[in-house]
Amino acid sequence: MWSIIEQIFPYAIIFTIPLLITALGGLFSERSGIVNIALEGLMVIGAFSGALSIHYMSGVLDNHTLVLWLGLLAAVLAGMLFSILHAFASINLNANQIISGTAINLIATALTVFLARNITGSGNIRISSGFSPSNVPFLSDIPVIGDLFFTKTYPTTWFVLAILFVSSFILYKTRFGLRLRSCGEYPQAAEAAGINVRRVRYSGVLISGAFAGLGGALIIVTQSGEFTGTVAGLGFLALASLIFGQWKPLGVLAATFFFGFASTIANVSQVIPELAVIPPILLKIFPYVVTLIALVIFSKSSQAPKAVGETFDSGKR
Amino acid sequence: MRNTIVSLISIILGLVAGGILMLFIGSNPIEGYSYLLQGALKNLERIGNTLATATPLVFTGLSVAFAFRTGLFNIGASGQMLVGGLAATAVALTFDLSRPILLLVMVLAGLVAGALWAFIPGLLKAKFNVHEVVSTIMMNWIAYWTIYYIVPGYFKGEFLETESKKLAETDTLRAPFLTEMFDGSYINLGLFLAVIAVIIIAFIIDKTTLGFELKAVGFNRFAAEYAGMKVNRNIILSMLISGALAGVGGVALYTGNASSIQIGILPAQGYDGIAVALLGANHPVGVFFAAVLFGILYSGTGFMNAMTEIPPELANTIIAIIIYFAATSVMIERLLNKFKARKSNKEDKSGPVVEKGDS
Repeated sequence: MWSIIEQIFPYAIIFTIPLLITALGGLFSERSGIVNIALEGLMVIGAFSGALSIHYMSGVLDNHTLVLWLGLLAAVLAGMLFSILHAFASINLNANQIISGTAINLIATALTVFLARNITGSGNIRISSGFSPSNVPFLSDIPVIGDLFFTKTYPTTWFVLAILFVSSFILYKTRFGLRLRSCGEYPQAAEAAGINVRRVRYSGVLISGAFAGLGGALIIVTQSGEFTGTVAGLGFLALASLIFGQWKPLGVLAATFFFGFASTIANVSQVIPELAVIPPILLKIFPYVVTLIALVIFSKSSQAPKAVGETFDSGKR
Repeated sequence: MRNTIVSLISIILGLVAGGILMLFIGSNPIEGYSYLLQGALKNLERIGNTLATATPLVFTGLSVAFAFRTGLFNIGASGQMLVGGLAATAVALTFDLSRPILLLVMVLAGLVAGALWAFIPGLLKAKFNVHEVVSTIMMNWIAYWTIYYIVPGYFKGEFLETESKKLAETDTLRAPFLTEMFDGSYINLGLFLAVIAVIIIAFIIDKTTLGFELKAVGFNRFAAEYAGMKVNRNIILSMLISGALAGVGGVALYTGNASSIQIGILPAQGYDGIAVALLGANHPVGVFFAAVLFGILYSGTGFMNAMTEIPPELANTIIAIIIYFAATSVMIERLLNKFKARKSNKEDKSGPVVEKGDS
């Protein structure tokens, strides 16, 4: 059994990381009071612009690692840029945030494939190679933990974990974090205290765009190596993780890891004899069913930001 | 009236944006749009195909719009379509009944399956206040994987693992007289079902107590409760009807437009339903016209792609942009108000001009 876990672990982490960073982005948006179901579309945008810029830069720059990091940067910028559409609609125009998010999902998937098809002819963009996994020196020699956490890891994994750590700090220990959270709980009070609610919400949505864009590009540089016009529902899964994780950074980490592990088990179940006895359909639907059950359990004590999804009306009390 | 104007302006803006995109990739927008229209409406066969493309969209649009009237957001139409289509396919492949009865049972099976699939999110919403957006998304993926394993396991196609066995022509919603009338198009009886559904739903919403209560719950849940309405029951009922509509939409798609069910795909029509409902201002008749418009865009795009360099994804892009404009209709309404105010200013300079506030 242990050897199975050891085998699965690296794959589970590879699957978890894009989900984690995207859900973390959703956390910033929702904590500021804006529902963001556009995460899926923003991930697609990130995957597209990451793949496209790596594809082009590979011919110009010799340093492949640098190219990959620049590709991630491009994805972050593109995600931010695109999320402005959502921010503008939901903050300035009081649009229904769920409809605006849906529209952005539709635009993102359609537009990226439209452009990709025009560029490559097939609608897919392939990159020559992504990051290669490596052992962390010294730490990978530690028994048990070394094998699980420090063997065959990607540099991006550590990067995302660092972002998680910093985000936690920002959210709970800085003035910006306090303001962000207050805008999601009681924006009228926040405004009375002199906070520019709209500006704070803009930064929440922009951060979610940046993180989701990064999440989308991470799929390209670690798992797939090819943009195909979709992230297969990972954005929605990130949204579910956010709720499952009760809008807290560590909760989100736990929830995304749960999804990562459950999905990996389902994916490899056929080649592992101990797991092959379970019907694959059960393994595949397991995470979704558990999420539904978890939602029922948490429904009594939901930690959802109180003003999330409401349009901001400064006259309301 | 005002909704119609906003929808029309959104459509125009979306088409203009599509034209700009065509210019951007170096194509001629006028040429592109004329090929698109030709592809959708040039001859009877193409018109038939356009109507067939619109048929599932009428159902999913009605489904989303109906839930919306109760203040519910059904993102789960895709999953409900899948299970509806699976139920109908299973009936067609299992039972040996005479055609009229078989078709009736197939439609009923799809209706019930879709309704049951939507019942779970409805129940969770009513009893535990679980947000239906997340629960319907989860149900979509559960449906996706269920189809993924049930179809190859029990109804495997003769040549492909990835799709169900093809239905015999007589076990589908295709009808010889329709196919002939439209010169070999794949238009089918689903269109009639869609028209009937539009009429029934319009009747329920506008003329019945149930419709009134559903709308009341949608406007203000707490006021409705205070007025003695059974809010929870209405939420579940609304989801049931919404799911039933999407389920029949699945029947129309998988046993009418197509004659098999493919695995590994969530039907895009489910998400397009949101767009159709929004553009149709959540009214059944509006939904019908919005679905036909999307049908034109989707079915004309192949011909346009064959005749020009423009990729077929243009249709999706235009639709998505239309929806963004429809979602941000406040912007359009503000412009309209400004325009109106200016006009009345000119006509009557002495009178006070009252501008409508937003809240």
